[in-house]
Amino acid sequence: MTQSIQVTVNGKEQQAKVEPRTLLVDFLRSTLGLTGTHVGCDTSQCGACNVHVDGECVKSCTVFAVQADGSSVTTIEGMAGGELHPLQVAFREEHALQCGFCTPGMIMTAADLLSRNASPGEDEIRHALEGNYCRCTGYHNIVKAIQRAAEAT
Amino acid sequence: MPAYIGKSIKRVEDERFITGRGRYTDDIVLPKMTHAWIVRSPWAHARIKSIDATEARSQPGVVAVFVGQDMVDDGINPIPTGWQIGADMKEPPHHTLAVDKVRHVGDGVAVVIADTREVAQDAAELVVVDYEPLPAVVHMDDALHDDAPLVHDGAPNNVSFTWELGDREATDAALASAHHITSYEVVNQRLIANAIEPRSVIGDHDLATGNLTLYTSSQNPHLIRLLLCAFVTGLPEHKVRVISPDVGGGFGSKIFHYPEEVLCTWATRKIGRPVKWTAERSESFVTDAQGRDHISQAQMAFDAEGKITGLKVDTKANMGAYLSTFAGGIPTWLYGTLLAGQYTTPVIHVHTTGIFTNTVPVDALRGAGRPEATFLLERLMDLAANEMGYDPAELRRMNFIGADQFPYTTPVVLEYDSGDYEAALDAALDMIGYADLRQMQEQARTAGRLVGIGFSTYIEACGIAPSAVAGAIGARAGLYDSGMIRVHPTGKVQAYTGVHSHGQGHETTFAQLVAHHLQIPMEDVELVHGDTALIPFGMGTYGSRSLAVGGSAIYRALEKVLNKARKIAAHKLEAAEDDLEYVGGQFTVKGTDRSVGFGDIALTAYVPHDYPIEELEPGLEFNAFYDPKNFTFPFGAHICAVEVDPETGEVAILRYVAVDDVGEVINPMIVDGQVHGGIAHGIGQALLEQGVYDNEGQLLTGSFMDYAVPRAADLPMFEVDRTVTPCPHNPLGAKGAGETGTIASTPCIVNAVCDAVGVRDIAMPLTPERVWQAIRASHSTREAA
Repeated sequence: MTQSIQVTVNGKEQQAKVEPRTLLVDFLRSTLGLTGTHVGCDTSQCGACNVHVDGECVKSCTVFAVQADGSSVTTIEGMAGGELHPLQVAFREEHALQCGFCTPGMIMTAADLLSRNASPGEDEIRHALEGNYCRCTGYHNIVKAIQRAAEAT
Repeated sequence: MPAYIGKSIKRVEDERFITGRGRYTDDIVLPKMTHAWIVRSPWAHARIKSIDATEARSQPGVVAVFVGQDMVDDGINPIPTGWQIGADMKEPPHHTLAVDKVRHVGDGVAVVIADTREVAQDAAELVVVDYEPLPAVVHMDDALHDDAPLVHDGAPNNVSFTWELGDREATDAALASAHHITSYEVVNQRLIANAIEPRSVIGDHDLATGNLTLYTSSQNPHLIRLLLCAFVTGLPEHKVRVISPDVGGGFGSKIFHYPEEVLCTWATRKIGRPVKWTAERSESFVTDAQGRDHISQAQMAFDAEGKITGLKVDTKANMGAYLSTFAGGIPTWLYGTLLAGQYTTPVIHVHTTGIFTNTVPVDALRGAGRPEATFLLERLMDLAANEMGYDPAELRRMNFIGADQFPYTTPVVLEYDSGDYEAALDAALDMIGYADLRQMQEQARTAGRLVGIGFSTYIEACGIAPSAVAGAIGARAGLYDSGMIRVHPTGKVQAYTGVHSHGQGHETTFAQLVAHHLQIPMEDVELVHGDTALIPFGMGTYGSRSLAVGGSAIYRALEKVLNKARKIAAHKLEAAEDDLEYVGGQFTVKGTDRSVGFGDIALTAYVPHDYPIEELEPGLEFNAFYDPKNFTFPFGAHICAVEVDPETGEVAILRYVAVDDVGEVINPMIVDGQVHGGIAHGIGQALLEQGVYDNEGQLLTGSFMDYAVPRAADLPMFEVDRTVTPCPHNPLGAKGAGETGTIASTPCIVNAVCDAVGVRDIAMPLTPERVWQAIRASHSTREAA
């Protein structure tokens, strides 16, 4: 049994038939081939799958694709317009990524934070990253990158 | 041409990762690809009485269901371990899928292969396995009892091996005549690596050519191919290509040859379609090799002047249910040899027992043996300083190997090549403002606050070497590496390395190395890694060996390229080779303006119209294999200040200062990043992480809900700096930076918390509850006194 959904992903309208149990992350990765959104856990903790749905940051492993019907979804692939998003630039400039696996989710979370708080303090940044795990960087440079992006925008 | 070495150049690999274009194994989709779901044991120890897959096989979309016996019948061998510890080591078979018994929760029993992952997962629910549960043995002390259940029938008392190093008699004598003995019993807890990318494997058998391609999230593709072909499947090595594309972190857990690699290799040949397996996180928790898990007793002897006169250590090391790839080497040669640390300890004896239990196999995890040794030593130093009334910095300083004593041979067989331990300690003391910090601590204590200061002065041994030594200590492999430089006719260069980057930034660092020495723009250099079809050979990345070993191989190949380029230049310029100098990417006849650029030489090598063809082959491409003369020995001094909340036991890290010496540095930004991540990992062990099994062998910390990986709010900003003592025996002077932070930070934090609370010891991880209990216990002790 499948269900038809219509989702705008990175500005492009997508129509698809999905099983009701299909997770949004699987729809993005498998159906649309947008593999920048990653799966790092199965308990909604690591944040590697974070995307924006109607402007809000969500863990796409915890949302069914059918729940996104009629919504607008932005993934890491949609963050750069003509040029890189200030957060993407800042992550590179501050060496805020190593293996890169958590990076898309980190950037999506950071973008969500900066949309709500244009100049967050270090503590606010660290707490905003509560749902995003990074095993490589010790978060030091991620915090710096978000501060840098905040200053740049 | 700009010099590239020593510059914090932004990483070339970042563009794809920040835009979502990284290509990890699970991102790869092949035509007609199937998906595997593995039926895993819910029991830690059970006999498999029968497996009924009839219903699973009949599900629409299911392609095949296989069990362990199917693979045995096809001649698939057990997965070997790569390290022999003593002639008597018990190495029971580790089958890809269990055939008689399951020996840990998560042991594979059957595999369902289907058109989609969901169908495979659903059908796996229908595989009926009839288990006869057996008593499980989980804790090492229990495992050694005569009446303990046996994990393997061929390993009496569940002992895989015993091992010792050093002079037992002399050490006992030192203890007998000691002025003071500091004793310490410690559990170095089980850790789980938790790279954020779960492991993933695709097997792809090409029906037309018979070639097999294995994509795997591995730290060392060549070693996987060698083990897979030569030991497990018997497939010819030249018909198998192993690709490790972008890999989302390893920390040791992706070094090893895993059952799923064998399974996908075998299954794709059985069904004639590609087979992909990707772990769910819950599956990673019970299938990725885990780390640490030692119980040790140590005694350190001192004379009346505070000099260490001997160290005796007895360690039980949990191997889990099977010997993983490097398993036996970790709590022995990578552990016991580190027990001299930075100190002039004249005699040491260490004894290790490797023990089987019904738990997930244990192997290397970031630092691998060296963190365990350093934890023991650095805790002993702080305990001893406290007991004997020394400042912990001064007790260390009194026992340091002097900068003028190198090369220095320790009583546990290593020959340290270089070091200046006092310089690093002084730099760290200066950075943290030690005198002021102690004063602040006193004031805080007077005000009833619990502030503590912790030290850790450590040594690491990176890049196990030379191969002859690796062989002598039981490694069933050489530990050299290869580097190839291919100069294209247009002067563009590809460098091929046998080491693998999974976060370390090799694509940048190695390109800097190549561009620097060839004196060409960095944009003209690309690094190729992670593909056995492209790279001559390699031993992968672990033990902080990439630059010291892999980089040195690249350097040797560069020397060959430049040597030939000089000959070509001499021909073109009609000059003697000795009369040429290579500056700014140009060979110039000294004292003249006659010169030829690197690009022209490349073109000449491939269009050899005017060329010394009698003496020189066309082309400009060289490979080099580099076998290091010795380990490298990074060292450093870490100091931290913590404050403990007396009401909740919560630990806040006020300052964390690290001065590391990793030798010559190619990209300081990348080295700092490695150190940050390393420190965070070690802090995770000190304060947060523990793999906990119940008495039946169930992993109670089997998800991120229960296993506490450090999060951003758990950590401070780190203050890092370096001293530079070049490695004297490799051409780069480089040592290794990937593990220093992890090795140093765990004891540093625990020392600081114990100092804050005023107790001798708190078992790791130092959770608020345990710290609170320690505060309570110390209060009641004081009240009773």
